[in-house]
Amino acid sequence: MSFATSFVRRLRRHLVVLAGLLTLGYLLLPNVIVTVFSFNDPKGRFNYEWQGFSADAWRDPCGVSGLCDSLAVSLQIAAWATLGATVLGTMTAFALARYRFRARGAVNSLIFLPMAMPEAVMAASLLTLFLNLGAELGFWTILIAHIMFCLSFVVVAVKARVLSMDPRLEEAARDLYAGPLQTFRRVTLPITAPGIAAGALLAFALSFDDFIITNFTAGSTVTFPMFVWGSAQRGTPVQINVVGTAMFAVAVLFVLAGTAVANRRRKQQA
Amino acid sequence: MDTTTDRSGDVRLTGISRTYGSFTAVHPLDLTVPQGSFFALLGASGCGKTTTLRMIAGLEEPTAGTVRLGDRDVTALPPHKRPVNTVFQSYALFPHLDIFENVAFGLRRRGIKSVKKQVEEMLELVQLGEQARKKPHQLSGGQQQRVAVARALINHPQVLLLDEPLGALDLKLRRQMQLELKRIQTEVGITFIHVTHDQEEAMTMADTVAVMNAGRVEQLGPPADLYENPRTTFVANFLGTSNLIEAEADATSGDDVLLKAGACTLALPRARCSAPTAAGGRVLVGIRPEKISLTHADESAGIPAGRNRVTGRIAATSYIGVSTQYVVDSPVCPAFQVYAQNIDRDPRLVPGAEVVAHWNPAHTFGLDAAQDIGAGVAEAGVPQAAEEALA
Repeated sequence: MSFATSFVRRLRRHLVVLAGLLTLGYLLLPNVIVTVFSFNDPKGRFNYEWQGFSADAWRDPCGVSGLCDSLAVSLQIAAWATLGATVLGTMTAFALARYRFRARGAVNSLIFLPMAMPEAVMAASLLTLFLNLGAELGFWTILIAHIMFCLSFVVVAVKARVLSMDPRLEEAARDLYAGPLQTFRRVTLPITAPGIAAGALLAFALSFDDFIITNFTAGSTVTFPMFVWGSAQRGTPVQINVVGTAMFAVAVLFVLAGTAVANRRRKQQA
Repeated sequence: MDTTTDRSGDVRLTGISRTYGSFTAVHPLDLTVPQGSFFALLGASGCGKTTTLRMIAGLEEPTAGTVRLGDRDVTALPPHKRPVNTVFQSYALFPHLDIFENVAFGLRRRGIKSVKKQVEEMLELVQLGEQARKKPHQLSGGQQQRVAVARALINHPQVLLLDEPLGALDLKLRRQMQLELKRIQTEVGITFIHVTHDQEEAMTMADTVAVMNAGRVEQLGPPADLYENPRTTFVANFLGTSNLIEAEADATSGDDVLLKAGACTLALPRARCSAPTAAGGRVLVGIRPEKISLTHADESAGIPAGRNRVTGRIAATSYIGVSTQYVVDSPVCPAFQVYAQNIDRDPRLVPGAEVVAHWNPAHTFGLDAAQDIGAGVAEAGVPQAAEEALA
């Protein structure tokens, strides 16, 4: 009796922690599987069953033909798409947040269209468009498509930040002898930077990940997601898990570094 | 510096106005703020005072008119080229910079390399030397306010503009900062133009107060002059409290005008009347509540001759420590207010008692009766005692 009540009491006190841990486990389990199977030693062509430990794939990540080429293509496209979408999206966000112009309302809703449109439909339409224009499918068509669908996400992220910024801060800068360029560089940009960074990260992740639109607009170019899809029909090399784990590790390292920098800054100020 | 002959640093607004579509925020306005003075623009929200300030800063473009600093016409200059700095209402401290960099901002933008000594001295002046490496959000409201002042003053502007700088502080801190700002202004000798809706704040700090209403300056002068000799009902009601009695000019006696209000005859020095005083002219007779004495009707024989008298019945009293506020219901003026110091309190002065309110005619002022008698009352906030009496 007393044991039961104390158990219930303890459960109640730690309910939030328990729920949090379960959710975290739900989120992380797939990543754990990816990592664990990057050390598998599969007997056949498929990496779906645990056979035994081996670090062979880690020693030779480019051992599968075409994998590292596709990874390089994906990273390049993601980098350029991020740059293009971030620059264009940031300018669009500022225009929408700051200025009143004709058709501002229309632009404000149209910007969401690529987010709302089913991706497969968008992909097929893009292919039609490129074919009708006589464009040669490949790196450039993929890049154009990626910048297009990343743009909306950047606009949304940056616009929220610009709208929450006190307009008096820029007035204060102008009042303190900063010309228009100086005001932007010293005040507007640093304050909106978190929004721009969030938009850029989102764009990179979306571009690197994308399969459907890329598949329609790629021609003979092969990106990493396309390589994974293609190889999955014939057999999945362990190296795919190696690349996945490495990407995950890089992301985690970025987050840890960011937290460490923030912590050190806080300590300095205290 | 002799400010009576040296006019090179005056702020001169000539015919300046601002309209937004069909709404006129500021009517054509002429204003000269002498160099080195502490000048207050006082008015309720939406009266155009902040717009006027922003036009001096260059943050708002005037629809017409010119802004001059000394002999220089700065109307067309953008804000970053004007030798003028602003303390903003919400302080507008840069959240991504620490206190030191906030204060150094103006110096750095003008290309000054060695800012350390100046910034440290300025932070000492506002007693924030210890906080230099903190971010604005880590400071209290009062400290943020001082950073905002330091950030503006370090540039030695020709004019410092303050937009409701104390509005966000609690009452006690506000009092303290009022004295602090006044001290700093005297120390640095820079012209301060201060926008506020708080009449007490304007009166305690400023040498000259301009009362604004609906885009116009109603009256301008030293605080005591505005309080003692209001020329419009708005000023009379917005600055403190006034009793206004509708009366008719009847005759003259020496330098005084005699006016009839109901059964009373009230004397008013002609020099203190801004309305026409020909016989039959309508005049609002004004008197401040603290200039009036209350005597119980039974002892009205003891009131010296020659004083203005109004009879009535006490409707409400409220005791507020330093004084007692009475609301007297009189045939010539409903809700006639009297503030009496608590020296010899007559226990018979309770609600319902018949009383005579009397005062020295020299304290009376006269206003043109063509104006709205209640102008400025709502903006200033109705005093508590009157509110209770009306309820």
